[in-house]
Amino acid sequence: MTDLNELARSILAGAAGDESVEVCVGRAVETEVRVHGAAVESLTVAESHGIGVRVVVDGREGIAHAGSFDDDVVRTLLHEARDNAGFAEPDDRVGLARPDGVAVVAVDRWDRAVETTSTDDKIALALELEAAVTAADERVRGVRAAIYGDTRSETAVVNTHGIDAHTSATMASISTSVLVDDIDGGTRTGGAVDAARGPTALDVAKVADLAVARGLQLLGAGPPTTGRPLVVLEPRFAATILALVAGMLSGERVVKGRTPFADRIGDAVAAGALTLYDDPTDAASLGAAATDGEGLACRRVPLISGGSLDGYLHDTRSARGLGTSSTGSALRAVRGTPGPGHRSLHAAPGDGGLDEFIAGIADGLLVASLQGLHSGVNAVSGDFSVGVEGVRIRDGALAEPIREATLAGAIPRMLLDIESVGADLETQPGGAIVPSLVLAGLTLGGGA
Amino acid sequence: MLDHELINRTLGAALRTGGEFAEVFVEDKRSSSATLDDGRVEELTSGRDRGAGIRVVVGDTTGFAHTADLSETGLRNAADAAAAAARGGGGGVREVAVTPVDTPRTNGARIAPEDVAKATKVELLSLADAAARGEGNAITQVSARYGDSRRRILVANSDGLLAEDDQVRTLFSVSCVATGDTGLQTGRESTGRTIGFELFDEADVEDMARRAAGRAITKLAARPAPSGAMPVVVGPGGGGVLFHEACGHGLEADLVAKAASVFAGRVGEEVATPLVTLVDDGTMAGEWGHFTIDDEGRPAHHNVLIQDGVLTDYMWDHLRARKEGRPSSGNGRRQSYQHLPMVRMTNTYIENGSDDPADIVSSTDNGIYVAQLGGGQVNTATGDFVFGMTEAYLIENGEITEPIREGNLIGNGPEVLTRIDALGDDFAMGSPGTCGKDGQGVPVGDGTPTLRVTSLTIGGTAA
Repeated sequence: MTDLNELARSILAGAAGDESVEVCVGRAVETEVRVHGAAVESLTVAESHGIGVRVVVDGREGIAHAGSFDDDVVRTLLHEARDNAGFAEPDDRVGLARPDGVAVVAVDRWDRAVETTSTDDKIALALELEAAVTAADERVRGVRAAIYGDTRSETAVVNTHGIDAHTSATMASISTSVLVDDIDGGTRTGGAVDAARGPTALDVAKVADLAVARGLQLLGAGPPTTGRPLVVLEPRFAATILALVAGMLSGERVVKGRTPFADRIGDAVAAGALTLYDDPTDAASLGAAATDGEGLACRRVPLISGGSLDGYLHDTRSARGLGTSSTGSALRAVRGTPGPGHRSLHAAPGDGGLDEFIAGIADGLLVASLQGLHSGVNAVSGDFSVGVEGVRIRDGALAEPIREATLAGAIPRMLLDIESVGADLETQPGGAIVPSLVLAGLTLGGGA
Repeated sequence: MLDHELINRTLGAALRTGGEFAEVFVEDKRSSSATLDDGRVEELTSGRDRGAGIRVVVGDTTGFAHTADLSETGLRNAADAAAAAARGGGGGVREVAVTPVDTPRTNGARIAPEDVAKATKVELLSLADAAARGEGNAITQVSARYGDSRRRILVANSDGLLAEDDQVRTLFSVSCVATGDTGLQTGRESTGRTIGFELFDEADVEDMARRAAGRAITKLAARPAPSGAMPVVVGPGGGGVLFHEACGHGLEADLVAKAASVFAGRVGEEVATPLVTLVDDGTMAGEWGHFTIDDEGRPAHHNVLIQDGVLTDYMWDHLRARKEGRPSSGNGRRQSYQHLPMVRMTNTYIENGSDDPADIVSSTDNGIYVAQLGGGQVNTATGDFVFGMTEAYLIENGEITEPIREGNLIGNGPEVLTRIDALGDDFAMGSPGTCGKDGQGVPVGDGTPTLRVTSLTIGGTAA
């Protein structure tokens, strides 16, 4: 097998004296099983390769990438990136990472079970999941998808300033989407996913039960009347919303003035109950990583403490723009440009959980699904408007389910209007470790 | 792209374990892009992706493997992996001989992207930047992006099919931020065509930039959108995404077969008002969702899905069509050689009606006029969908009045189709889009004339 760091260094060797060069090389092996009707619908097994080369000369940056380790392709990359750099305009912000002395915290992200588990056993997990969903309730009409997937990936990042990093990780997941018959002859859906470093840690029964329960809780749902109920978010939706917030704390957005949180460090931007930070050194998170997309050590990055804004997520470029240092938060696809972002969002626990929250709310909504986040959130203005399904809360108890509704507000206002933060921390497949949240001031729009 | 004898041997190897159908999909894609931000050309990027995906079908099971190694060994290993994944039993040797299909080349780009100097591409960005900033001091941020790609594909299968295509796409977009007392507002404009650099003979990037800037400035005065159900008039060009989400996905045969579509079993039924004729058409030369052959080697088709309100057919790929004993409709597409093909839309549009667009607005007492739509999303099993409005206005007493802030609209596909009560005669195609399904993105186009839906739910903050 090709040694990725060696391959990267061999490209680096071609750098001219006045050039800074960075090479990122990645390899991934994936398995995906989709089952339908108690049979394998498709089984994918594949290995993919990627190389990205960045050249910086006189403050100009050029990039070239390829999805192949073939010699004839690899040989052209440095030349192509160098040629591209000639057409960019110089900028002081452009520059590659330099070793910053922050120690790398080793996190074990490799579960050998991904390699040692047979394909048949992986198929069996998907079949088992579909069977469990089908058998769970007589109202289950079908299964839209029952999927097992895993990847083994490794990445090398090397540059002419002395960065020489290597990371590797495994990931396995199961997911399903279930169709249930509604009272009126219509269909409701529910979905669930579980992820872990390896297949043996996945909980098939839990995913099946959750997916079915989520479908059943929406039986009889219809459009609500428009209003401003308190909105209760389970940890999985709290993670979705807090990820939007973290996206608006990207240093790149701050440098370019494209976030309502620019120039606000030290300000009270959220309710005092909210403490938010990114911590990829926490091995319990599936977003954990030793080094970032530029090869710097990942570290804990405080974002909001007791409601007050601590700082932003930076890669080398955004940090140079604000005259600060990278927070080791560069994210990148091997073949893309790095950009700052979160890997492993943590919110400090508060008090209570879903049951207590619901019991204390006279007029509320327990969210069951959010739709249209990609089209309904404006990270520049902070306005958002998304499709929502859920169950209304009336006088301390769950009441009628709703669908065909919208939830809208502005993220800066919403953060200040956080009503409660739960104690029920939950690890999410996407890497976040966050509790439930209760939000005030959002508008529920409906057609009834 | 590959020697025919090598293709035959690879297909033979793929069928070694008793597969009923085998396919080799080879792709060689070159792309380039340039971005301008903050008044400065930020970076140029070049990309190269090359590889093959091999699938083997046995019964209802598909085995799939892909490789970036196009040597005989690389292809053989992928074929073995796909065959092992499908595992039909039986075995034995099957000879395969492919015959090239002569496909009409409508995709010919007049000016290939690789023949255009990088400096010329970069210049477009600066022109757009200057034009946007010329719209006033309120414009505080401008970013622009140029992108092109040339994708050569070859598809060969055990039915003897061998087809090739050469797809060139060119894209340009401008985004502006306007700053005012009410905070930050954004405006965007984009164009994309399945043609070469001659795109810029017809698309004026300075005009685009001014429109994007104007949109952002207009929104500075926008008031919060209302919330709740009301009539919605969608302007020409943008409404396609509404149909893409409201019923397009639900008419994809793979979802229909899993009963994961509200339109399953409804062919021949009236599913929309008689005004509606919905077409998916991959043959529309130059449009963003256009191609000569799909990613399974089938020629693009003009497919009428809803005729005068009656559901006439679904969209099909090879696997679903084969099961039903009918031809594919040329809708088998994939993001790249690393993905399995599935049923996808191409260019989806509503044919012209006969109403005067001005009358449609003036006969709407109170509601919303949506001039530009953003992306959308649908749950095909329930039919519930959302789509974003990026430029919208109030309609008050039959007149378009104040701009409103962006937000999502939500509706139910089957219900919305029966609530279309006016259709204009001003058909236009909309902005280029990327349609996502099961994690794969493909370029799609859409189009509509002005139309009115009697009731959709607006997701605003004004209760």
